[in-house]
Amino acid sequence: MGEAARADDCSVCASRLAVLRLTLHEWRSFSGLELEIDSRPVVLAGANGAGKTNILEAISLLGPGRGLRGAELAELGRRPAAADESTADWAVSALLEGAEGPLRVGVGIERDTGPPRRIARLDGRMAGPAELARHLRIVWTHPGMDRLFSGAAGERRKFFDRLAMGFYPEHGQIASAYERAMRERQKVLEDQGDPLWLDALERRMAETGASLAAARVDTQRRLMQALDRRESSVFPQADLDLIGEMEVGFLAGEPAGAIETRFMATLRAARGRDRAAGRALSGPHRADWPARHRAAGRPAAECSTGEQKALQLSILLAYARALADEWGSPPLLLIDEAGAHLDSRRRDALWGEILDLDVQAWLTGTDIELFSGFGPNAQIFSAGNGRLKAVPLHSGGRGAFHAQASGPSDS
Amino acid sequence: MRLAGFGFRLWRSDESGLGVRMKRQTAGPELERLVTLIAKLPGLGPRSARRVALFLLKKRDVLMIPLAEALMLAAEKVRPCGTCGNFDAIDPCAVCMDSGRDPGLICVVEDVADLWALERASAIRGRYHVLGGVLSALDGVRPQDLRIDSLVARATLPEMREIILAMNATIDGQTTALYLTERLAYLPVRITRLAQGVPVGGELDHLDEGTLLAALTSRREF
Ligand SMILES: [Zn+2]
Repeated sequence: MGEAARADDCSVCASRLAVLRLTLHEWRSFSGLELEIDSRPVVLAGANGAGKTNILEAISLLGPGRGLRGAELAELGRRPAAADESTADWAVSALLEGAEGPLRVGVGIERDTGPPRRIARLDGRMAGPAELARHLRIVWTHPGMDRLFSGAAGERRKFFDRLAMGFYPEHGQIASAYERAMRERQKVLEDQGDPLWLDALERRMAETGASLAAARVDTQRRLMQALDRRESSVFPQADLDLIGEMEVGFLAGEPAGAIETRFMATLRAARGRDRAAGRALSGPHRADWPARHRAAGRPAAECSTGEQKALQLSILLAYARALADEWGSPPLLLIDEAGAHLDSRRRDALWGEILDLDVQAWLTGTDIELFSGFGPNAQIFSAGNGRLKAVPLHSGGRGAFHAQASGPSDS
Repeated sequence: MRLAGFGFRLWRSDESGLGVRMKRQTAGPELERLVTLIAKLPGLGPRSARRVALFLLKKRDVLMIPLAEALMLAAEKVRPCGTCGNFDAIDPCAVCMDSGRDPGLICVVEDVADLWALERASAIRGRYHVLGGVLSALDGVRPQDLRIDSLVARATLPEMREIILAMNATIDGQTTALYLTERLAYLPVRITRLAQGVPVGGELDHLDEGTLLAALTSRREF
């Protein structure tokens, strides 16, 4: 389906992924909050500390993984009044519309059996991470990622692996399996354990590592296609590279079996070295995604913070378009401090692309005026004192805002 | 709770975390000990333990005493089978003694619960070997902590033709299957694993019989 047809086809517009109701319980700064919205973009404006990012984080936790802040489970509950009490059992639930109809999602913490763990339900049934990834494609950016290209490779890997999950819902689980096998191998190396056990773990690393690398290579290819399709925009064009020993094999078109065998040989030869180093020194967990600023002709790592942010948004917007083409719906897009590092020209271009993509973006900012370019096409809330208040920015708006918020009781 | 009627009630434990002890002394030490022990059973918290204890007390003659006798008898007689690890009052166990079974086929499982699940489905024509867990270096479970040496010894018997590795599709379960494959590689036996039908992270004990059979009939070589 062409993009022009998509924009005019309202049966497609109606089925994009969007949150229609969000309910927080004992979550971060909120004792309780219920937000009813429609599928237009949502703006949360307010001072720092008003809890805007907490709401974005709650949405990010509906998908697989540890969410926007990468937080530990126990950190997420609302802080108790007394210091000796533990944090409360939090829960986040949402009613969404998805490409395949309405969807009820709930995420919470469970402590009945053993250590606390996160549990998720989709339409009332327990759901694993891959199932969540299949239904809830959620990507985000926040100020901590401003210098994504000049910062640590691990942050870039995390960012692009989350994008890969949009195409490959099992990607996150396979990454966990790979990391588990890697940590197990390290422990067996330290204990000078059974070499056959090491063989088995290295085979696991090779099998899962190959799946990771193959998904990354395909994701990079899809992202580049989507980036190349973008009209000249005020956002700079990015060229993405992918560096990693298994990834290089797939890029060169080698068969997976050969790539696995070679990686197993590498690991076996590196046992002594990895034991001494305390970690595996090679593998897909060390892959990197450097990018180049196409027009400037230099590595993104050398670009200013503002330019890095613009490149990142360029990639996210291209990705949203690619997902819409692949699945019939763009992902949920969470942009914390959306106005930061963008001049008014880029800001308005971003709002314009969000509306054009028909994506339910969740945007935060300190100043409500930053979002005036949305006109009546976004749902704007002001956040403060743990409350949200709908702000009808233009009297001509659809007036569909309906928010109830309560709490917090700790401020 | 401020917001009533939302889905998150589902996860709110109804065990308040107050612990087993009732706040005021409502029951004597006999009853408290009973509740404490019942609360240690899988799937039961303090509140449901109190409910179970009360239920038993009300059914003293028809349930509580027969249950106590059954517990005593099982504790006294039932032991792990020295050959396969199954629980039974005889050693070797009834499954190992069953002469109608294929002596050339062993199905390796993590736990007795998996053996029972496969037996319920009548899925295996041969016998079993219970490992007693899965390898996990980080949790301190090494090959010598599992019943692996006895498996290798059984696999060496001349009549042995096929070994089915029916580990759960968990990360550690699959690594354990790979390890066993390496350990058994030098023997002239066919090593197969469950193929399609076992979901990732799925435990054999929780699969319905049709799925188990499908997984077994489509097993394939490592
Ligand atoms: Zn036996």
